[in-house]
Amino acid sequence: MKKLLTAGLFFALLGQSAWAAFDVGSLMADLARHPGGKAKFVETRFLAVLDKPLKATGEMIYIAPDRLEKRTLTPKPELMILDKDLLTLERDKQKLSINLASQPQALAFVDSIRGTLAGNRAALERNYLLHLSGTREKWVLTMLPREQQMASFVLRIVVSGSGNQMRSIEYLQADGDRSLLTIEPVGGR
Amino acid sequence: MKPSPLRVLLLWLLAMLVGGMIAWNSRFSADMSFFLPAEPSAEQQVLIEQIKEGAVSRLLMLAIVGGEAGERAAASRDLRRRLAEQDAFVSIQNGEASHLDQDRDLLLAHRYLLSPAVTPERFTVDGLHAAIGDSIDLLASPAGMLFKPFLTRDPTGELAAMLAGLGSASQPASRDGVWASRDGERAMLLVQTRALGADTDGQEAAILSIRSAFAETRQALGAEGLSLQLSGPGHFAVEARAQIKHEVLLLTSISSLAIIAVLFFIYRSPRLIGLGMLPVLSGALAGIVAVSLTYGTVFGITVGFGAALIGEAVDYSTYYFMQSGRLGLNGWRQRFWPTIRLGVATSLCGFGALLFSGFPGLAQLGLYSLAGVLTAALVTRFVLPHLAGPVAVTNTPRPLIRLMESGLDGLSRLRLPVLLLAVIAAGWLINQRDQLWHPDLSALSTVSEADAQIDGELRADLGAPDSRYLVVVNGADREAALQAAERTGRHLDRLVDAGIIGGYDSPARFLPSRASQDQRRAALPESAVLRQRLAVALVDLPLSAHRLDAFVADVEAARTAPPLSRENLAGSSLALAVDSLMLQRADGWSVLLPLHPRIDGDELSIPAEQVRAALASSDALFIDMKAEFDALYSDYLSEAIRLSLAGVGTVILLLAVSLRSPLRLTGVLLPLLIAVVFVVAGLHLLGQRLHLLHLVGLLLIVAVGSNYALFFDRSASQERPDPETLSSMGVANLTTAIGFGTLALSSVPVLKAIGLTVGPGAILALLLAAMFVPRGTRT
Repeated sequence: MKKLLTAGLFFALLGQSAWAAFDVGSLMADLARHPGGKAKFVETRFLAVLDKPLKATGEMIYIAPDRLEKRTLTPKPELMILDKDLLTLERDKQKLSINLASQPQALAFVDSIRGTLAGNRAALERNYLLHLSGTREKWVLTMLPREQQMASFVLRIVVSGSGNQMRSIEYLQADGDRSLLTIEPVGGR
Repeated sequence: MKPSPLRVLLLWLLAMLVGGMIAWNSRFSADMSFFLPAEPSAEQQVLIEQIKEGAVSRLLMLAIVGGEAGERAAASRDLRRRLAEQDAFVSIQNGEASHLDQDRDLLLAHRYLLSPAVTPERFTVDGLHAAIGDSIDLLASPAGMLFKPFLTRDPTGELAAMLAGLGSASQPASRDGVWASRDGERAMLLVQTRALGADTDGQEAAILSIRSAFAETRQALGAEGLSLQLSGPGHFAVEARAQIKHEVLLLTSISSLAIIAVLFFIYRSPRLIGLGMLPVLSGALAGIVAVSLTYGTVFGITVGFGAALIGEAVDYSTYYFMQSGRLGLNGWRQRFWPTIRLGVATSLCGFGALLFSGFPGLAQLGLYSLAGVLTAALVTRFVLPHLAGPVAVTNTPRPLIRLMESGLDGLSRLRLPVLLLAVIAAGWLINQRDQLWHPDLSALSTVSEADAQIDGELRADLGAPDSRYLVVVNGADREAALQAAERTGRHLDRLVDAGIIGGYDSPARFLPSRASQDQRRAALPESAVLRQRLAVALVDLPLSAHRLDAFVADVEAARTAPPLSRENLAGSSLALAVDSLMLQRADGWSVLLPLHPRIDGDELSIPAEQVRAALASSDALFIDMKAEFDALYSDYLSEAIRLSLAGVGTVILLLAVSLRSPLRLTGVLLPLLIAVVFVVAGLHLLGQRLHLLHLVGLLLIVAVGSNYALFFDRSASQERPDPETLSSMGVANLTTAIGFGTLALSSVPVLKAIGLTVGPGAILALLLAAMFVPRGTRT
């Protein structure tokens, strides 16, 4: 009986903390607990220069904290690996490696997705102002670039998700082009 | 005819004057050529050129440390600006974005002449459809945003095609818009000097201006917390020269002072000491003159060897002063001179063997010592007596003589234990023979461990090329060389595709041959034709033809543009890449194609045999620099072994002919052999890895040490050598040991090795000669 009571108290406390204000800090803490895993993605790009949107599908594998593999299957097989600051692209037989450390804008761009996946608030706040809305079950994190140089490149990044799972990430670029990446986790964690 | 003392003196003075003038006008150098082969193979020739004037030899790596990241970045920008104003530097890179943009704009502007993908097929309807389709696919990829701004100008994706060829030429990390170390704690710059790597003065001047520019930067920014680290081949050359200069002075001073102190203790006469140094000075001067006249350049290390020469050359005057007192000049010449002459001859055999070395440093040391010892002996024999006049009997203190005599008797009793010890030591060395030797040329490097560590760190941070693997092709002129590079490049492309190598660099990437440029230009269709084809090619693609006006205009411009030349690239890092990979020679141009190993391979090496096989049909030369260095060292080592054996063989032959008795020969050689065994065992016990200069040292133990054994052999008819012989030998031995022993203090490995070997070896040779040369046997 006493045990039950203690347990009840324990759950009550736990519930209490869940009801506590849902802020960027607690979202980041949740995200940081994400161990990584595999997900399917659909990416749609709306580019002014093209007559119709580009759609790509494939899988993503995230290994905390700093390795991200994005394997595009359609329209054309391609593998992108982001390992720390080294971005490697494999298309056909070609392999292209870019060290993002020398490309600050690209790095800021990459940090938006990597920082979210890793729950690395410091990395995100280095480049963006963060605004969170919604609940723990259904949240939307909006990032606005801090610096003019970056803002001339990307206007806004919107990430949405539930719990510690990112569901979509949308980039609105300064030239009006837009891309939307939706993510569907595969299998158990 | 008996020459008058005055005439002899005048002649000697005249010779010294002429020698002094030659020495004064000699070129002294402290660069790597001391170690580089005198008669190089084709591969070694490339190695030498790379070391002396290759672009890598002109690179200096700078790091700004301390302070805040922002401060370091500001200092990096300011320093770059200051250095860019100076003529001493060909390029200064610090990763500033403007610099990268300049490179990209150049690539973009000349893309239809530069891109290897430009062929007639690419501009057919099918080719355009495929290329533009690929570019659109690339837009959908994560790298798309890098290429999106250029899509309408470059829809066939030539920029991407060029970048893909560059592979993952690693860029340094970046902080606050400039290059930084991997940990971000240092701002990094890469400077190429105008002065060649072999031009130590030029390198020194360049380094000084970098340091003073940095001091100005620090003051201008008020950033007192910042400091500068600098490394690179030029820095090492300058440091080595300063170090050798410093040591030459220090070592010769120590050696002269110690020897003068010993002589003063014996002679107690400044006049005799002055006279005693006469053959030494003459010898040292003669050595420099001989080297200067023969080789044109005198290495600093050779001059440093003078410290040892002093100890060896002073022996002859010691013998004269200490032995001629009782007998007079003529008696000395009859009784002692033949023995000294034989000793001089054995020393000459030892030094002379080095003359035949293909290792120029060794040959110089040999010539220097040969000329020095010979001159010192001749001056002692023919000049010194005239100047010194009759020499008073040098009285060795009686107690000292008694001490020496009882010591001598004591030594004789140790024969058996010492012999036993020598056998044990020899057995141990045979057992340890695999661990005795230092495996590579780095044993001789003057670079300190701390400097080498900084160099390694900066190199890793900058991803600076260590260019271990090179393919070299030649051509009569720049165009021919570039064409050869392109032909070889096609072979290498197949190796990249097959996964045998990771990639390669080629100047033809940024400066294609005229032939290739013409071919590519000819592949571009006229505007009207291109528009027609585009209209068909774009039918089922999400890109409208009307958006591609910039593309059509660019292609038209490229059709009529003048050929791309080196001047178009001026100031960019593309120019730096082209220049550093092309060498102009008297008879044409050479192109270097550095190969990169596969990144995902476990070890960063390249299967040399497969590369050689792939290039077999062409006249390209594949070089593994490390293997060349290793081969060079093992050549030197096996040559040093041959020369040492030849030298020792000559000494033995000389002794055999002079002594005319196998028993006496054995008596003279045994102590030398044991001395060599003990010295090697001692060095190994102290953890010294032997290299080829130790080997040379062993040769010198035999050559120099035989002098003592000969004196004992000469006195073999007596129970003990007479006091004059004994004490003169003691003094001569002491000065020789001091002279060579001083070298052991040197931090220059070449000198240190000889010092560590010959210093103790000389003393051991004397003691063992006293022990083993038979006495009282002949009457």
